Amino acid sequence: MLPTPAPQVASIARHDPALTSRWATVLLIAVLLWPLVVLTEFNPSVLFDARSLRSTGRFVASFLPPRSDAEFVWLLLHETWRTVAIATAGLTLAGLIAVPLALGASARLSISALARPMAAWPFALRSVLRATMVLLRSVPEVVWALLFVRVVGLGPTAGVIAIGITYGGMLGKVYAEILEASDPAPTQALLRNGSGRLQALLYGALPQCAAELVSYTVYRWECAIRASVVLGFVGAGGLGQMLDSSAKMFSGGEVSAILLVFIALVAASDRISAVLRRAMA
Amino acid sequence: MPASAARDGDLVVSLRGLHAPAAALATTPALHGLTLDMRRGEQIALIGSSGAGKTSLLQSLSCAVTPLSGSLELFGTNPWALSSRDRQRLRGRLFLAPQVPPLPPRQRVVTAVLAGRLPSQSLAASVRSLWHPREASLAHEALCALDMGDKLWERVDRLSGGERQRVGLARALVADAELWLIDEPLSALDPARATQVIEQLTEAARRSHRTLVCTLHQVEVARRGFDRIVALRSGVIVYDGAAADFTDAQVAALYGSREALEIQADGATPQDAAPSRAVDGARPPVPMICR
Repeated sequence: MLPTPAPQVASIARHDPALTSRWATVLLIAVLLWPLVVLTEFNPSVLFDARSLRSTGRFVASFLPPRSDAEFVWLLLHETWRTVAIATAGLTLAGLIAVPLALGASARLSISALARPMAAWPFALRSVLRATMVLLRSVPEVVWALLFVRVVGLGPTAGVIAIGITYGGMLGKVYAEILEASDPAPTQALLRNGSGRLQALLYGALPQCAAELVSYTVYRWECAIRASVVLGFVGAGGLGQMLDSSAKMFSGGEVSAILLVFIALVAASDRISAVLRRAMA
Repeated sequence: MPASAARDGDLVVSLRGLHAPAAALATTPALHGLTLDMRRGEQIALIGSSGAGKTSLLQSLSCAVTPLSGSLELFGTNPWALSSRDRQRLRGRLFLAPQVPPLPPRQRVVTAVLAGRLPSQSLAASVRSLWHPREASLAHEALCALDMGDKLWERVDRLSGGERQRVGLARALVADAELWLIDEPLSALDPARATQVIEQLTEAARRSHRTLVCTLHQVEVARRGFDRIVALRSGVIVYDGAAADFTDAQVAALYGSREALEIQADGATPQDAAPSRAVDGARPPVPMICR
């Protein structure tokens, strides 16, 4: 039986100091979100009236059955391979851009911050690198692709460069944040004993972060596949271009066959990510 | 061992009136005017009650905190007057083992131990060692000295707390450092293991002419295993001399008058013993009675 505390001690337990700020935060979020909902004229009931349902029915019926003759399937596989190649090449380029940016921008490897507040030049450098990553990912990849199609012509190269630039900024930001979220003690211990930055990264931070980094990279590869499909609409080749021409010719069967391939690709990527996470756990 | 002209008896550490904080960005000093000399080859036990400043002293010696005032010299130079690159090279000559071993959970013991060799390795050699540890026999020797040879290829998160602490100490044994600063190496070990570990550490330091500074709570181990004891209390040195001359009365004085009062009270309940200083000036502290 715990001893009953005296009355002036028990009154402390009655008032939770965090409750007021929690309510305030919830109200603030509600006040900010309401005008956004109103502005987008969000009205889901439109989907369910009789005329919409009939158009939806006709639209969906035109997708079935998916086209499956040998010649089309062969073409489909060829374009799928090209899309996967564009996505993988784009992501590799993105990785080459992201890794040095992330390592430079992360405060985890700072030597000047070991015993004092970070010195001026290292802080400025880290800020510049973060700003670079922001710039790289602000412009959507479609816009980069349109630009590069004018420079290098129609074809996969424009798509690869566009994905490389945008995804470089995204991967860099998330890699830096994953590194900062890791336990600082192992890395700091190594830096304090005189090891180099990259050595401290490889022996201190990477063993903790490896699973997160890999699973995020696999997720971005899946996003790159979707992006390369979109880029195909602007002439960068692959499944996107095929989808564009099938939709313009109103051949629903071809469109549904292509969509089934997308679903298969995303499912495969999900499987790969799960296997890799389990292997690295 | 790096080729250097240092001999036994050279001054490794020299403190004069050092005021230093406990943590990197704090402004209140935890150490008040310390004056201390350590020579190469010495083995020093640092003792004191919790909060006395033992860990703060180790942090100052390993350049982990900047001193607030006073002078600190390591290997004959003031580390805070050096450039960042030179200071990092100076850090390579010392080794700090924190109380909680800083080991990433998913790493293997062999890699965790060989991480102690990083300051003296090139980047290419470190990367190659990550793929295939060529100096595994070195790590194995160090682990065998601490009675953990069979755990060489295990993962760190599969070890118990005491085993992890010994892996942290094995890292010190393979490091190429001239000054070993070890914070509470025995906190997770049973008494029998504790004696063995201290013997191995002091023996290894003596064999390679390295300076060993160890913080300890176990005063008996300090008296038996070390030549010199430095005792701290509230950030001030109260004893600095041979371990053999450190008397029992000095031990009792070191660990605070409150414990001494309870020993002398013999039989009186905690309620009866008057508090040495009222916490709230107006009212006496509320008594909590355990039934």
